[in-house]
Amino acid sequence: MSLAPRILKRSSRACPATETWLLKLYVAGQTSKSLAAFANLKRICEQHIMGKYRIEVIDLVKNPALAKGDRIFATPTLVRKLPVPIRKILGDLSNTERVLVGLDLCPRQGPTA
Amino acid sequence: MKTRHKTKRLLPLAKIPSGISGLDEITGGGLPKGRPTLVCGAAGCGKTLMAMEFLVRGAVDHNEPGVFMAFEENEEELTKNVASLGFDLRTLTAQKKIILDYVHVERSEIEETGEYDLEGLFIRLNHAIDSVGAKRVVLDTIEVLFAALPNEGILRSELRRLFRWLKEKGVSAIITAEGGDGKLTRHGLEEYVADCVILLDHRVNEQLSTRRLRVVKYRGSVHGTNEYPFLISKDGFSVLPVTSMGLDHPASAERISSGVERLDTMLGGKGYFRGSSILVSGTAGTGKSSLAAAFVDAACRRGERGVYFAFEESQNQILRNMNSIGLNLEPWVKKGLLQFHASRPSLCGLEMHLLTIYEAVKRFKPQVVVMDLVTNLISVGTEVEVRSMLTRLIDFFKTEQVTAVFPSLTLADSSQSEVAICSLMDVWVLLRNIESGGERNRGLYILKARGMEHSNQIRELILSRRGIGLVDVYAGPATVLTGSARIEQEGREKAEVDRRKAQMDRRQREIERERGVTEAKVAVLRAGLEARLEELNQEISEETLVDQVNARSRFTIAANRHADAQPKIAANGGNRIVEVIE
Repeated sequence: MSLAPRILKRSSRACPATETWLLKLYVAGQTSKSLAAFANLKRICEQHIMGKYRIEVIDLVKNPALAKGDRIFATPTLVRKLPVPIRKILGDLSNTERVLVGLDLCPRQGPTA
Repeated sequence: MKTRHKTKRLLPLAKIPSGISGLDEITGGGLPKGRPTLVCGAAGCGKTLMAMEFLVRGAVDHNEPGVFMAFEENEEELTKNVASLGFDLRTLTAQKKIILDYVHVERSEIEETGEYDLEGLFIRLNHAIDSVGAKRVVLDTIEVLFAALPNEGILRSELRRLFRWLKEKGVSAIITAEGGDGKLTRHGLEEYVADCVILLDHRVNEQLSTRRLRVVKYRGSVHGTNEYPFLISKDGFSVLPVTSMGLDHPASAERISSGVERLDTMLGGKGYFRGSSILVSGTAGTGKSSLAAAFVDAACRRGERGVYFAFEESQNQILRNMNSIGLNLEPWVKKGLLQFHASRPSLCGLEMHLLTIYEAVKRFKPQVVVMDLVTNLISVGTEVEVRSMLTRLIDFFKTEQVTAVFPSLTLADSSQSEVAICSLMDVWVLLRNIESGGERNRGLYILKARGMEHSNQIRELILSRRGIGLVDVYAGPATVLTGSARIEQEGREKAEVDRRKAQMDRRQREIERERGVTEAKVAVLRAGLEARLEELNQEISEETLVDQVNARSRFTIAANRHADAQPKIAANGGNRIVEVIE
């Protein structure tokens, strides 16, 4: 699998701006973790917010200056820019349930430990 | 190959100056170059400031740009906080000498799912380092990550990787960490940063706080192992090593006046050595401060600068009081030759006092200094602490060739304060009350004066409107008299002298008179003698005449008898008797 269209990945169907999910995935090079994270994110989005999302993949190896903006310190990190509030999810997003909680796509059950 | 490897390892560890005054002396040159150093300690002990000073000094003094990666405070806060230490981070960042990078880690924003690493942090740091060519890096406080990231396993392995990476990168780094639970750091960071560990401590003793620093470990280097007090002041961080300054200060042969002429005479006629430390000790009210003020006054008169550290009185009070003994110090203050630093000893800890003194001396560059009263500092620390502080202070003064006078209070019948500091002093002038005849007088003597001839006499110190004077006390066969007893005794002695003198005069006059009488008598006797002599001569000449007449008549008779022998008449004739040859 390749991250070829790296910078912008937009779903085929247009949707109202208000409902757009803007997700930024920060990775450090094409490591196995980066690839897994991208695949997992893609899968989850397709399943839950199909057509309402936009994914930006940012490779910090190529654009190190961008790390500061979203206060990235770990990779991979998924940042939900929209809708607010901003949320961050660390890791390769392999635990779907936690990702959904992190993205507020399913109700939290108690405090996350 | 092996031997070359060996020789390479024999090279001493490269160090970079930390720029923190005192720390470089303890560590023998600074922090390890190209290696991380761990600075740990409890909250509020100055870790961040120390790290920041390391960066700023590097950027400003050693042209080594730096990166400050902050996990606790943002750029704005940091800039403000260190501005109070005189660091202008705004300018330094604008000049690209320092990069501030705030890594915001917020537990509530973070969700963990699956595998991740801290490569993001590495990239950020790397980017910051490369963008200014940084040689120095600070990570403050990376332990925040432990609170934010639940997965400690990942964190630990990543930290290990980070420190290794820093080493490979060749940057000299300071990593700060919070101490706790009786360990150096709460999360055991010392396991990862093994090259140099510095522990900061902040202790409160009798409501006064002292900060202390200790180099716990310095791999590949000797270092001072003691706890050294340090200070955070408006000029930054400074460590005060007690023993770092060797005893190699210069010793001047120049002598300067003590301000009291007679005291100079007592000190071999020339006064104190320049750069020496003089202890003036005595009980309350013996004139310690006055002697010190006279010394300062004399220095200012010579055009030298002086600093008067007062721990008891305010500047105005001292000026007024010294006026009463004829010492007008005010013109010197106005001329800028004399500075007063008045503060209560309990205002701050010993270290802070020491620093204030250091700074005042460094800035004003005085030739003379007065510490009035040095014993007051004992109320701030224990005797051991005061002694160690004074040792440093005296060493410092000597290095700077400052002549310092330390008035010191002794309680009656006790010399405890003196014992603590007297061995450090070069000259010890002792003032004491001498009580006798219902009054109290001040006595002065020199207990020790290193390297100079000095008088062993007790002198009476007299403070009057006309100034400070020393007079000889009356040292009789059995007792020492001062004050009015001395004056009385002196009066008595003077009367005695007068009386004896009068007696002598009288006897002299008597003898003169006697001489007159005797001489008159001699004249009379001589006149009698002369009269008798004259009488005798008269008789002799008459006798001669008779003889001549007789001779002549005998000649005539012989001629008449036709004597066959002609009597001769003396050739000279006259008064001589004519002899007849038969």
